[in-house]
Amino acid sequence: MVYKVLIVDDSKLARMAIAKALSALYPDWTRLEASDADGALEVVKRTAVDITLLDFNMPHRDGLSLVADLRKLHPTMPVAVISANHQDEIVSRTQSLGAVFLPKPLTEKVLAEFLTSADRQLKVSRS
Amino acid sequence: MIPPVPQILDELELDAFGELVNIGVSKSAASLREMIGEQVHLSVPTLSLVSRHQAIEMLNQEGHGNLIAVHQVFEGDITGRAILIFPEAKSLELVRAVAGGGLSLEDIVELEHEALAETGNIILNGCLSTIANLLQRSFKMSLPEILRGSGSDLFEMESSPEAGEHVLFLYINFAVRQRDILGYIVMLMDLPSIAALKVLLVEFIERTTGVKAPRPDEIP
Repeated sequence: MVYKVLIVDDSKLARMAIAKALSALYPDWTRLEASDADGALEVVKRTAVDITLLDFNMPHRDGLSLVADLRKLHPTMPVAVISANHQDEIVSRTQSLGAVFLPKPLTEKVLAEFLTSADRQLKVSRS
Repeated sequence: MIPPVPQILDELELDAFGELVNIGVSKSAASLREMIGEQVHLSVPTLSLVSRHQAIEMLNQEGHGNLIAVHQVFEGDITGRAILIFPEAKSLELVRAVAGGGLSLEDIVELEHEALAETGNIILNGCLSTIANLLQRSFKMSLPEILRGSGSDLFEMESSPEAGEHVLFLYINFAVRQRDILGYIVMLMDLPSIAALKVLLVEFIERTTGVKAPRPDEIP
């Protein structure tokens, strides 16, 4: 399956780093980018995004607020929150919103594990 | 005349430095959370090139009067200062959070210096070590030093004559809302260090994104 993956981070460098890892793993998947929560919601409303990878610490609204909004539009979309801020409150809120917490800086191995599980989840939900 | 930041560091290099600090401070915040048992909230870092005078003004504008700070100098390929700053009125609350409940005011006052130095060590050392690792360099860190006074007292520290009047000023605020603790992390680097930082950031961007940028000494 070929998927559309949305990358949300206010840092262009962080988006480029995630894009590099993603294209090394799945060069044929489509990558979309947004630099904040509002931009991400606009992309999701006009495009059929399959998977979202998003940062926690962003200006205006943090990544968990974005996950909550994404869940209203796409209750089962695989979502990962990527952050170096692994405080219990943030990790447990990420999980309670049905998303996965991935440590930053993101490694290709960790991303690969998340995407394998996302692929499995998407295949089951669409079968 | 102040060279605009983009002439010293381009947009992606500034972004990369902000992201490095963000990762460093986020990891430190998680360590502090372990110590005090409450969530530590962080702002997004802001980065600017300002005069020393403007840096003092920016701190004074926060309007917290007397400040208490933990200060550490880092040296290596780049040299600078990292400072953890609290309004003085909030520092005892931080000590109470770090040292645990059940202490008398007398004990808390006695422990203040040690608890602040330890907190500073965790946040500043943790943050700087993460940055050094990501840049694949090592920094030599001084022992934490406690400073008290106004914004201008904190910044009126000796700097070398070649350091210049302008500094790269990086500012993040943090709060422990359940305990009414708030503070700021400030990182200062003199202009000669920024040129060295640029070289390290070019290498870091290339490693992280796979995109090769010309090194500063290769630019015609």
